[in-house]
Amino acid sequence: MIALTINGTEHQLDVEPDTPLLWAIRENAGLTGTKYGCGIAQCGACTVLVDGAAMRSCSVQVGDVAGKQVSTIEGLAIEGKLHKVQQAWVDNDVPQCGYCQSGMIMAVAALLQDKPTPTDADIDEAITNICRCGTFQQVREAIHAAAKA
Amino acid sequence: MTYMPHLSRRSFIIGAAAAGGGLAIGFDLPLGGPAVVRAADGAPEVNAWVVVRPDDTVVVRIARSEMGQGTLTGLAQLVAEELECDWSKVTTEYPTPGQNAARKRVWGDFSTGGSRGIRSSQDYVRKGGAAARLMLVQAAANDWKVPVAECSVSRGVITHTPSGRTTTYGKVAEAAAKLEAPRDVALKDPKDWTIAGKSLKRLDTVDKTTGKMVYGIDVKLPGMLNAAIKACPVVGGKLKSYDEASIAGAKGVKKVVKVGDDAVAVVADTWWHAKSALDALKIEWDEGENAKVSSETIDKWLAEGLDNAQPAFVGNQNGDVKAALANAARKVEAVYNYPYQNHATMEPMNATALFTGDRCEVWTGTQNGEAAFTMTVKESGLAAEQCDVHKLMLGGGFGRRGNSDFVRQAVAIAKQMPGTPVKLVWSREEDMTQGRYHPITQCKMTGAFDADNNLTALHVRISGQSILVYQRPEALIKGMDPATFAGLAPSGDAAIGYSVPNLLVEHAMRNPHLPPGFWRGVNINQNAIYLECFMDELAHATRQDPLEFRRKLMAEHPRHLAVLNAVAEKIGWSTPPAKGIYRGIAQHMGYASYVAAAVEISVSEGSKIKVHRMVAATDPGYAVNPAQIERQVAGSFVYGLSALFYGGITVKDGRVEQQNFDTYNSMRIAEMPKVESIVMPSGGFWGGVGEPTICVAAPAVLNAFFAATGKRIRSVPLKDQNVSFA
Repeated sequence: MIALTINGTEHQLDVEPDTPLLWAIRENAGLTGTKYGCGIAQCGACTVLVDGAAMRSCSVQVGDVAGKQVSTIEGLAIEGKLHKVQQAWVDNDVPQCGYCQSGMIMAVAALLQDKPTPTDADIDEAITNICRCGTFQQVREAIHAAAKA
Repeated sequence: MTYMPHLSRRSFIIGAAAAGGGLAIGFDLPLGGPAVVRAADGAPEVNAWVVVRPDDTVVVRIARSEMGQGTLTGLAQLVAEELECDWSKVTTEYPTPGQNAARKRVWGDFSTGGSRGIRSSQDYVRKGGAAARLMLVQAAANDWKVPVAECSVSRGVITHTPSGRTTTYGKVAEAAAKLEAPRDVALKDPKDWTIAGKSLKRLDTVDKTTGKMVYGIDVKLPGMLNAAIKACPVVGGKLKSYDEASIAGAKGVKKVVKVGDDAVAVVADTWWHAKSALDALKIEWDEGENAKVSSETIDKWLAEGLDNAQPAFVGNQNGDVKAALANAARKVEAVYNYPYQNHATMEPMNATALFTGDRCEVWTGTQNGEAAFTMTVKESGLAAEQCDVHKLMLGGGFGRRGNSDFVRQAVAIAKQMPGTPVKLVWSREEDMTQGRYHPITQCKMTGAFDADNNLTALHVRISGQSILVYQRPEALIKGMDPATFAGLAPSGDAAIGYSVPNLLVEHAMRNPHLPPGFWRGVNINQNAIYLECFMDELAHATRQDPLEFRRKLMAEHPRHLAVLNAVAEKIGWSTPPAKGIYRGIAQHMGYASYVAAAVEISVSEGSKIKVHRMVAATDPGYAVNPAQIERQVAGSFVYGLSALFYGGITVKDGRVEQQNFDTYNSMRIAEMPKVESIVMPSGGFWGGVGEPTICVAAPAVLNAFFAATGKRIRSVPLKDQNVSFA
């Protein structure tokens, strides 16, 4: 059993400590908003926050984050009110297929914590998620919109 | 002229057998009399496309699949436009392929590819909306006992003009559903559109930002197990054996099963347990003859096809190219190539199946629900009436999910575990290894000039793989694959935009073992590079401006010319670029749309490209949602340039070498500039949007690279030419 706090709720997960956090979140905690894309920390679809820092959960062992605070896309909205990044995503009609967007939004949420008004160069450096639909133009616009919100 | 898979003969037979059967889940419930067909919640179906709930919510049925391209929203806009309903009350649902079969294909074709989602169903979905409107208004008139001509409707509110009485769609839907459908309905002139043609927000966005959207990979069913699979990494090879003892005691494992004759799957409580055990499982393959194939042997075989003495199919011909080349004052020749590409959808292939012995149901993201259904029927061995497929959101498709290979596997696994739902998910590595790859080709381009630098002949000789031979052999024409000539054809949806006095376009077919598939843009990707980079070569060889050189050949192709002129004007072609900035231009036609691109780049250290500006123009005839078209254009550039810079699938010992995004990379936000899109619908035809523009990004960049460096790159991907993003 591994104790994990996900979106403020403590979970006791019956899982081996070397299980990737991604699969513990998806299969053991049952939160499927966090996506599997590559399994090798390349694409960022599985990005979550661990104690506030963006991490690619496919390449983090769940045993290494026991007792820490994990935030997933499901925990971003508070009492039904969308997080400003989510709201900017809706306002700018960002997603196409949407599969990468949970990870993209979590990465952006972390960026805005560190840099509330990021420049284009900050965005280029911090946001390295793959989006095969190619939503980058709207992602950039929405990041700036969220920063102003 | 579209080349995406249609139903096979077999599926038509199955469909016909299913028609009239008792499969119509959610339909024909005896709530409001025998004449009324009802949705699952009991709301009356005015017709197959439109269900109206008592609270005035309008449910629009969508037969095509949403995979990011926006067709869900666009098709709903077209129905709502003719229906004259309140857009804020519109929602959508997918009918299942089983329901479609049971109702004699009332929703038509489910296949979503070839940029056809809107253009090939716009007519009947608009008529569906219009017919429903007529029935709803008639129902109100009947209720009021007034002539229908005295009634009008706006935003779902029906008004009897002389008396001022009003009612709503929700109140009359029950009565409307009992009326006979009108035979002939008139459609609005697109000039009068108020819902279609507007940049309305997508209908599926919120759930995609909160993690609530359910993709195939997210399916949860009671008692469900999870499966990981490995098929023989050499396509065509077989599974020889596996040693179950090698994973004895592996945590969570329930069963190891053979899948077909070429794959083995581990079924476990969680996918992570299944995948971990599969990685540890000792497997022996009978790799067969294909294990001798490598990229080198494929390249050599294709190169032989460039020899004019080898047999070839003729796709376009006028004049006498041979004579014109013999009499040329000057000849220019160049050989190009374009590699295999994988779709690499963000969501790997997956499907969930439940087989109970007398019923088989599948949950999956598919671009072709009917093909997935046919596959389910075939693999389960049950009758069509005993099967159905539930379509879920696709985490990208790009053509890959038009195939149903993963559905076949999921059903084969489920059959070995009756009563237990099993979710099959491919690892990224499996997804890379078992693709339906963009086909590999080479192309020899030859041009002839007279003494006045007029282009007198153009010979395009393509050697390489046919998609249709593998995907749709019934569409071959005496062995020829017409799709090979996309953008080079004499006329139709993918016509060449130049008039050359002597023209020959031919294809020496060579089909290596890697299975090809329809990959966003399909054959216009390489054909646009071959044609548009070579046009650039011809212009430079005769010291002509690349734009002016093209224009001289385009007088008979006004729509091709119009998009080319539009990008030239927007990029400022007539004025010199800033110091250190170089321009490239390209145009092409695909999926009945006319597209062009112009770019500005700079090059550092001779090989590092920074793209500063990208201008794209597209004429799709009609623009149903301009904002979504702009997103498709920009997105297609990302997909096309990712393939140009980073793509390329190679073969060693018969296997695909690239296994994940570390060796098959994709562009990131830092590399992608804003795309300045010009959407310029000229009317009178319906063109596609999801794919066409993809093909002009790469040649425009390659032409700009030549302008910057004097180096002509004729081989993709650029990573193998030591050219990269700055």
